[in-house]
Amino acid sequence: MQQYLLHIADNALILGHRLSEWCGHGPALEIDMAMTNISLDLIGQARNMYQYAATLEGDGKTEDDLAYLRDVPEFRNVLLVEQVNGDFANTIARQFLFDTYHYFFQQQLCESQDPQLAAMAEKSLKEVAYHLRWTSEWVIRLGDGTIESKARIQRAFQDLWSFRGELLTPALYETEAVAAGVGVDLGAIKTAVEQKIFNVLDEATLVRPTDGWMHAGGKTGRHSEHLGFILAEMQFLQRAYPNAAW
Amino acid sequence: MTQLLQLEDRFQARIDAEQKIEPKDWMPDAYRKTLIRQISQHAHSEIVGMLPEGNWITRAPSLRRKVALLAKVQDEAGHGLYLYAAAETLGVSRDQMYEELHAGKAKYSSIFNYPTLSWADIGAVGWLVDGAAIMNQVPLCKCSFGPYARAMVRVCKEESFHQRQGFEIMMTLAHGTPAQHKMAQESLNRWWWPSMMMFGPNDDASPHSAQSMRWKIKRYSNDDLRQKFVDVMAEQAAVLGLTIPDPDMHWNADRGHYDFGTIDWKEFDEILRGNGPCNKERLDARNKAWNDGAWVREAATAFAAKRKSATA
Ligand SMILES: [Fe+2]
Ligand SMILES: [Fe+2]
Repeated sequence: MQQYLLHIADNALILGHRLSEWCGHGPALEIDMAMTNISLDLIGQARNMYQYAATLEGDGKTEDDLAYLRDVPEFRNVLLVEQVNGDFANTIARQFLFDTYHYFFQQQLCESQDPQLAAMAEKSLKEVAYHLRWTSEWVIRLGDGTIESKARIQRAFQDLWSFRGELLTPALYETEAVAAGVGVDLGAIKTAVEQKIFNVLDEATLVRPTDGWMHAGGKTGRHSEHLGFILAEMQFLQRAYPNAAW
Repeated sequence: MTQLLQLEDRFQARIDAEQKIEPKDWMPDAYRKTLIRQISQHAHSEIVGMLPEGNWITRAPSLRRKVALLAKVQDEAGHGLYLYAAAETLGVSRDQMYEELHAGKAKYSSIFNYPTLSWADIGAVGWLVDGAAIMNQVPLCKCSFGPYARAMVRVCKEESFHQRQGFEIMMTLAHGTPAQHKMAQESLNRWWWPSMMMFGPNDDASPHSAQSMRWKIKRYSNDDLRQKFVDVMAEQAAVLGLTIPDPDMHWNADRGHYDFGTIDWKEFDEILRGNGPCNKERLDARNKAWNDGAWVREAATAFAAKRKSATA
């Protein structure tokens, strides 16, 4: 259960953190603000989940202990969310691939037999529905915009496609969570997720990349090189000044 | 000529009667130009101000602080939006204003040309810089130009929230570990004088002030506002248990105000000339964001045009 909660929280925190790197540097003020909104939602979701995980762990643990005092192998997020922002097209493709998964995931999580999880999912679902609408619109706008924007978003999907598989392949703790009636059966949402992706790519007049090798490992703590740098930055103050309150 | 004088008289009479001037109303060219300059500078300051604070978003020391800082920087983007919109009512486009900023022709508040070197700087900026901004901006809520005044009402509400948040960060640090206290004091040492300069030159060196006062764009003189700032901050620093880096600062019972030392205006002038520690970084960052985003904005425009012709 603990691993499962951390997995959900880590996905949201790391992606929220990545998006927050855009703040002040977006292509237009309105886009900047929209990306920050999504980032705020995701970090907010991560906080709720860490707080829940911390109470289950007991021992006076806090949300910050979980976010700031674990090292790379203990993080359970998928590899997709720790990938670099790249250009705006890359950020949108990454976010869209996550949002399609995230939307159907939260929708199912609303049915969890754990009332806390179900309540959090209900709140998150409203936010994620907005995220998915926003990124879908941008995929379509970039795909059907200019020659340059089409080339960029097409390339971004090409580059990120191999990170898609991990989202829908359960780790052991996910299978256990399903068996316990609290988690989401990824097999049950696979078709809906893929259908949504394909529909939007079609509307964006983009080519669907072919499925090939799919990366995995993040869910069990084998990450890419990027996560170490994210944590080095994020955890700097907590590590440099141990036991201080902020 | 007499007709123009009549218009100007009537305009001034409306201002004297505390009536708001709206975009469609007649106004002297100089009034329009002054407002365009001031509002666009103000908008640029909000946008450039996102950079030094944004510098700590990814390093914020707790999730609560991270969310608060992210939301604050986002507020500043919103302030920029309101202000650009207010300036646009005077007949200048947002893109034109950006061009001036990116070319280094438009000014923005010099305070944002200083670096944020520690987490305490996020506290100090909220406490002192947003604090000084509030003192400058609250009177603008009653500015004679309607759209500017209304934008400022929304901005000021959020700024006072930012200031409280900054003070609370300073409070936590000042009463934290010795290392945190030191971090807070060191930050106050660096930000104090630049914050004092935010009120602009001394009154006798501020040539445009008198006209702005007559037009009720400005309500209080630079030195009056600075004094008000000193009086408030001297008390707040005492509550924090931090020392303001001005050996000449003393309570003057006769004046009913705190006395303070002289400002090093040479430093201020150098920053205006582009020689501040971060002038180049800030402008480069704005230019990079704008240039890197060009293809995105073009795509959005092209897409909108396609959809429009498809439905037409
Ligand atoms: Fe602001
Ligand atoms: Fe502010």
